[in-house]
Amino acid sequence: MNEASVSTAATAAQAAPPEAQRGFRLPTHWLGVAPFFIFALMFLILPTLYLVIGAFQNDQGQYTLDNIQQLYLDESIRNSYWVSIKISFWSATIGALVGLAMAIAIVRGGLPGWVRSSTMTFSGVASNFAGVPLAFAFLATLGRLGLVTIILRDVFGINIYAMGFNILTSWGLILVYLYFQIPLMIVIITPAIDGLKKEWGEAAATLGATTWQYWRMVVIPVLWPSFLGTVILLFANSFGAIATAYAFTGSSLSIVPIKLFAQIRGDVLHNPHLGYALAFGMIVVTGLANIFYIWFRTRSERWLK
Amino acid sequence: MKTGRFWAWLTFAIGMAYFFIPLIATFEFSLRMKRGEYSFEAYRVVLGDPRFQETFGYSVIVAVFTIILGVLLVVPTAYWIRLRLPQLRPVVEFITLLPLVIPAIVIVFGYIRMYGSNSPLPFLGTARGTDALLVIGYATLALPYMYRAVDTGLRTIDVRTLTEAAQILGAGWTTIIARIILPNVLIAVLSGAFLTFAIVIGEFTLASLLNRPAFGPYLQLMGANRAYEPAALAIIAFIITWGCMSVIQVLARFAPKSANRPN
Repeated sequence: MNEASVSTAATAAQAAPPEAQRGFRLPTHWLGVAPFFIFALMFLILPTLYLVIGAFQNDQGQYTLDNIQQLYLDESIRNSYWVSIKISFWSATIGALVGLAMAIAIVRGGLPGWVRSSTMTFSGVASNFAGVPLAFAFLATLGRLGLVTIILRDVFGINIYAMGFNILTSWGLILVYLYFQIPLMIVIITPAIDGLKKEWGEAAATLGATTWQYWRMVVIPVLWPSFLGTVILLFANSFGAIATAYAFTGSSLSIVPIKLFAQIRGDVLHNPHLGYALAFGMIVVTGLANIFYIWFRTRSERWLK
Repeated sequence: MKTGRFWAWLTFAIGMAYFFIPLIATFEFSLRMKRGEYSFEAYRVVLGDPRFQETFGYSVIVAVFTIILGVLLVVPTAYWIRLRLPQLRPVVEFITLLPLVIPAIVIVFGYIRMYGSNSPLPFLGTARGTDALLVIGYATLALPYMYRAVDTGLRTIDVRTLTEAAQILGAGWTTIIARIILPNVLIAVLSGAFLTFAIVIGEFTLASLLNRPAFGPYLQLMGANRAYEPAALAIIAFIITWGCMSVIQVLARFAPKSANRPN
């Protein structure tokens, strides 16, 4: 034990760069990470802080809570937050449930091996297939002239647009977001399902548990934290997304990122500091979501060793 | 068990339908440009459009610079954290996760306000400066993926022994990082690079708000003004994403599997 620690200490000393062994050695130590920290400070932390501080100031530079209050008092802003949260919530929840079902199907359903590997590959692609092209794909599918719309109309006699369906609504957007939310769920949750040990199922069966009891008392409690954590991650993922929505509906759908986009382009709120507050509100929502995510993540890791 | 398998197949089939129908529909739509027949006319028009070539070329160049900047930033940092400053690891990991917390649109909003032409660092004063800021912004967005890829790669090699061996042979720090560490984590770096490429190539928000002639804003413009070309572009974009992800998968096969260090 002693010998080991002595030799570790010795290697540590030898590993030091020649110039650092002479004299003062602290600066060289920190120089190695200095570029990274300077970069992060200049291009990540300070720009964000600039907006956050601006959100609490008025035109004269005095500190105020007016802008934050305005986020709630201004009806159009309040609505846009509400629509954004609604879209993110439903696309995350539905995406997570469907993704979980598919992950369970490919891991536990007794399907051939190629099903799992090809689903994982496709999920990797689809979870990264977002932005403008995704909007195009759905317009070509369920738009007024889309293939599915036309087939439903001409072959099945169902005119979905006459029935009040419109892809350019929040529910349409949710349907589109699911295209990257479901695969993302599959990619993240599959390792957690793999972590369910066979022995647990056998132990439960030995103790006389039914399949339902095994699911209710073993599988669901073990998967619950990872599931909730991923739901929150999906929520944050769609909350900040803008490109798909913008290409999809232009500026007609009033979600927060599109409002902020218009504000950056041309101060549509006629108050720069209200724009900062809008950005600050987004950070608060995604920040809270991520705090919960990390919290659930640490709880779920206990089982996934 | 039999019924379980049935439900598994059914779930899988419904999922596949949801994922493949839009792709098929988009492809079918992209072939409809000529009346009454299927043709690749839309692809011909898109690929022959000089604006397509310019913006795509621009985005490829931006992606390459983003990857270079990302590698220069992440490899030495991750290496140094492993070798010398493991106590800083949580801080660095937290920072690399921040781009997932702060939406891209907020980050670029901050850039526009901080680096305007009247600021001490007027990136936005010139076109070149704005290009640089765009690369920097993309490198920031790619930071979580790049850092994780490189850090995973470093975990599979014995950083300390390699460094000592190189030092005994008289190598300096630049040599160690460029000729010892980088080749050893090359596969991890390449995975990060291709993911970065997939993210950058069609990115819309930053490029549009910084007014750069990139592929993402071009896509958006086409979507607003044309009917069949956007479908062809969506198929092209999907193929690019698919290509990047396939390369990452192939690379993963070459990556060393076992970690020979406990941490």
